[in-house]
Amino acid sequence: MDVTLQLEKVHRRKKKISAGMIAIYAVLIFWAVLTIFPFVWVVINSFKPSAEVLRSSFALPQEFTLANYQNAFGKLNVLNAYKNSFIISGTVTIGVMVLASLMSFGLTRYRFRGKEFIRSMIVASLMFPAFATIIPVYKMIIQWEMLGTPIAVILPQIAGNLSFATIVMTGFMQSIPLEMEEAAYMEGANVFQVFAKIIVPLCRPSLATVAIFSFLWSYNDLFVQKIMIAGHKQYYPVCTLLEEISSQYGTDFGLMAASVTIIVIPVMIVYILLQKNIIKGLTAGAVKG
Amino acid sequence: MLYKKKWPLFLFLVPGLLFLLVFLYIPFVENIKNSFYEMASVVKMPGQEFEFIGIDNYKRLFTDPDIRVAMANTLKMMVLTVIFEVGIAFVLAVMVSQIKKLQQLFRTVYFFPVVISATAIGLLFKLFYNYNGGMLNQILEALGKEPVLWLGPELAFAMICVPTLWSYIGFYFVILLTGLSDIPDDIYEAASIDGCSKFKQVFYITLPSLKPVFFTSVTLAVTGALKVFDLPWVLAPNGAPQGLTHFLGTYMYQTAYGLNNYDYASTQALLIVVLGVVVSKGVGMLTADKDEKVAAKAKRARAKGVA
Repeated sequence: MDVTLQLEKVHRRKKKISAGMIAIYAVLIFWAVLTIFPFVWVVINSFKPSAEVLRSSFALPQEFTLANYQNAFGKLNVLNAYKNSFIISGTVTIGVMVLASLMSFGLTRYRFRGKEFIRSMIVASLMFPAFATIIPVYKMIIQWEMLGTPIAVILPQIAGNLSFATIVMTGFMQSIPLEMEEAAYMEGANVFQVFAKIIVPLCRPSLATVAIFSFLWSYNDLFVQKIMIAGHKQYYPVCTLLEEISSQYGTDFGLMAASVTIIVIPVMIVYILLQKNIIKGLTAGAVKG
Repeated sequence: MLYKKKWPLFLFLVPGLLFLLVFLYIPFVENIKNSFYEMASVVKMPGQEFEFIGIDNYKRLFTDPDIRVAMANTLKMMVLTVIFEVGIAFVLAVMVSQIKKLQQLFRTVYFFPVVISATAIGLLFKLFYNYNGGMLNQILEALGKEPVLWLGPELAFAMICVPTLWSYIGFYFVILLTGLSDIPDDIYEAASIDGCSKFKQVFYITLPSLKPVFFTSVTLAVTGALKVFDLPWVLAPNGAPQGLTHFLGTYMYQTAYGLNNYDYASTQALLIVVLGVVVSKGVGMLTADKDEKVAAKAKRARAKGVA
């Protein structure tokens, strides 16, 4: 009797859960729609003439047009902005990866005086937002006559990502056992060979993490781009160009929708392909605590 | 052995440290120094000296009505990020952890806005908010209502908060979901055998075990709120209308690059740093209890032993 009673209980609970499940799915789907809807809306509207966007933004395009895209690529040179963004963020990414792995190697493999001090300085620098360093850096860039060039964005962005990248990489390198390095040393390898042939390949997962967040932070960082490159249109990266579109062509709805689409679609494709790595890369520091 | 010879260490450390020194530490110190001087320009002209003005800029922080607005908006944004970003993310994470199918899909979808630049999202919401034929006013029109000035003085702040909060929920969702999946299943099983309802399980098992993850999320949310710049700047440049939508970051930018008052902007930047330290320490004190403090100490000691 006892068993049947329990079975009945389990059975009843199962039924209850399935009703609850429907509610859960409903809420989750509702939020998913809320998340995706703005992007779908903007893509649909980018194929309409501006007047139609103003009238009926919810309908499918009545007269399908590519004029907005012609405008975006012709008048605004979005392709050039992409090129600039790739040069800037690509260089930042490579710079951060190289410098962070070198530093982490030094910090995890060597014993020396002042190591704890350096480590705590690196952690402390996470508390410096770009706001607190930008004016003196801006001064330096002017003095070096680099204002308005891509390098003016690249240098501070490397520094801005370096501390966090180093913290992520030291955490990872610490977990790599020393045996392989010792074996290589016995075979006659020197420190640089050990670094290049053993450590760097083993660190690939954390290097991927570092690459992803450095690239995205640099790519999305309007603040530094705006200050360092304002007024030099041939070097505008994507965000700066978008901001200019919004302030100058804010009434041309079709063009705005097309520009947003052009910016969102490539990111979306890369995101779909690499989503697991990207999600891991951007939440890495946080999840590790 | 391999790492006995110390000279290669310089090659490993110097390039990175030089970068940090030149672009972070020295500018940070110089920024503090700048806040005590009257800077006529960013770069000193030959022979020019900046005038020492003591704590004038700091006094001004207390009398400037605009910074009060910016400060209030930033603090409000912090509270809102905790309630809405972390709150909604938690609800979604608990729900997703209950289901078996489509988990991955929801993760992918919810996280998507995080990778889109705030500038693009700002532009997108500008299309929603436009008075003449923006999406929201089209809806109102269809319902037979009067159009609303979404970015007018009353609503602008809220309308900036909506996309800011919406776009980052997915980030905390993933963090909390990872935390949830780390809670061992047998605790829940034991609880259900003892007759504990699902709802009660959330309160008595999930919430307490998730405390450290909550702590990280809340810290990230409030320090993130301190750094908002792109979205408010695109939606309402220069704190439009009438400086009502300024945040500390946007006001600092405008003070420096709109009004060329570099020394006062440096002072504001310092305020942002101090606020960041205070707030994250505050979150730590509020959430940590004795056990965790002991555990954290032990962890630190262990880390030192390893290093």
